[in-house]
Amino acid sequence: MLKAGHATDWGDRLILLALVALAVMWLAPIAWVIGLSFKPNDVLMRKTTGILSPPFTIKNYVDIVATSAVFGWMLNSTIVAIGQTVLTLVLSTLAGYGFARTEFPGKRLIFVAVLAGLAVPEQAIIVPLHTMFAFADLHNTYAALIAPRLAFPFGVFLMTQYFKGVPREIEEAAMLDNASRLKIFFKVVLPLTIPAQATLGIYTFLHAWNEYFWPLVSATKPEMYTLTIGLAATQTNFAQTEGIGFLMAQAVFAGLPILILYLFFQRHIVTAVSGGVGK
Amino acid sequence: MPAESRRASPTPDPDVVGRSHPAHLLFVLPYFLVFIVLVAVPLGLGAWLSFQEYDMLGGYGGYIGFANYADLWKDRIFLGAVRNTIWFVIITTPTFVIIGLFLALTLNNAWRRSAILRSIFFGSSVLSVTIVTLVWRLVYMPDRGLLQNVFGVFGLAAPNFMTTEYLALPGIAIVTVWWIIGLPMMLFLAALQQIPAEIYEAAALDNASRWRMLTRITLPAIRRTIVLVALIEVILQFQLFGQANLITNGGPNNASRPIVMFIYEAGFRDWALGYAAAASQVLFVLMLGAAALQLWLTRQRPEAG
Repeated sequence: MLKAGHATDWGDRLILLALVALAVMWLAPIAWVIGLSFKPNDVLMRKTTGILSPPFTIKNYVDIVATSAVFGWMLNSTIVAIGQTVLTLVLSTLAGYGFARTEFPGKRLIFVAVLAGLAVPEQAIIVPLHTMFAFADLHNTYAALIAPRLAFPFGVFLMTQYFKGVPREIEEAAMLDNASRLKIFFKVVLPLTIPAQATLGIYTFLHAWNEYFWPLVSATKPEMYTLTIGLAATQTNFAQTEGIGFLMAQAVFAGLPILILYLFFQRHIVTAVSGGVGK
Repeated sequence: MPAESRRASPTPDPDVVGRSHPAHLLFVLPYFLVFIVLVAVPLGLGAWLSFQEYDMLGGYGGYIGFANYADLWKDRIFLGAVRNTIWFVIITTPTFVIIGLFLALTLNNAWRRSAILRSIFFGSSVLSVTIVTLVWRLVYMPDRGLLQNVFGVFGLAAPNFMTTEYLALPGIAIVTVWWIIGLPMMLFLAALQQIPAEIYEAAALDNASRWRMLTRITLPAIRRTIVLVALIEVILQFQLFGQANLITNGGPNNASRPIVMFIYEAGFRDWALGYAAAASQVLFVLMLGAAALQLWLTRQRPEAG
């Protein structure tokens, strides 16, 4: 007994040690980058040690406000992410209700087709998609940045599952009162779906905000860059750059809005990202 | 009323309320049209393109059968990309499962310390690939990076993940695990919370060791989640692109160029659309094949939990 207890103690310590090591590994790069963003660029050209000792500067952040295109990219990202989120919610909620609660000829066939769409990765269709948008002369517009992801069936699938979980007695009661289908949908069912809307909304917003491949090939004009693409464009000449501190300040500045959102809505974001897949 | 609606449709859907009516299609139609135009049509167009000689620079050369695929089969860069991608999936998937499981097992309690650690490990997944790669390029930077600074304390030279051929993909794998370990961790945590506490209490009465409890109770109970996490990671990691594009640009000497980056370069740098579309089809088939293989491997084991 005593021996076993001793062994467990050591096991506990080892586990704790491993956890602490991992936590340091997760935090250190971020802390390091925040530290660099407050250092003068000419010092960083020579060495990057001594992050915690002077000289410090806020010039990198002042430069962002004065010269960087970050604000424009941020505006584009906001427009794209909000547009995509709102439209995804509308389309998915309508379709989810239709699939879960109503019957119409051909429903099963359509549902199976949409389900099969879950298996199609973005990369498998990006080349023809780009060609189609080029033919329609839509590249470098918000419409082009927003549209493609609206078609991904994940939201429809999530909402269908959610509607199936809503007790049907509520609607049946409304049916007996001879309320129209649309009225039932808007007045009775829609208010019940707010938790699912929040989950799908956060999930969609995060994906839109962080999307990389499609904006990279669709938004080729700098004024249409999203935050993700704009930041990528600034790091191409990384090795030669004289402004490591400035680059890092941009990274911190760009990461800040989403990290603040994360701090406030942590619970919802975790549910949105993992709960969605878990179902 | 329920009896009537049941007569209306041949095999009744138990979740449906009310009768069948063609007008109900209108609920689904807006999404379905978007789906047709932006998923179904491109999917068909992509398959068609892969059999054409279609080059933005050279123009449209007509139907060429399987020539694009035959060229891919002989393309050293493409074969290297396939090899890199599969190797990347092989090294990352078990890492995600093991570290995700470790974090979930050790942080599955109500302590404040655990809550903070969970936030830290999940937090990096909300960042975009661009920010993550920017941070890690600074960590990997040869003479002044964080890694070199840490190694320098001991008077050592740090491994150079960006310029050493055999270290390029492992380096990208480290970044990827750092970036999105949150999802597997949370999926495992959710599964662990489904295990009834009574089982552990009974085992504790029998003086079962913790290792025994882990291997006899916990792991069998969350077997389905382990399979799910592995499947998700295989599918996700097959799509490796941003990290490789931004950290190593596929190098050194093509050692870290994945399939998606090959598609990107063929389609959007060389504008060889037919060729890129053919590579996309290969990626799609490989992903479906890997997912099917995995489901088949884990198919007939006794169900637990």
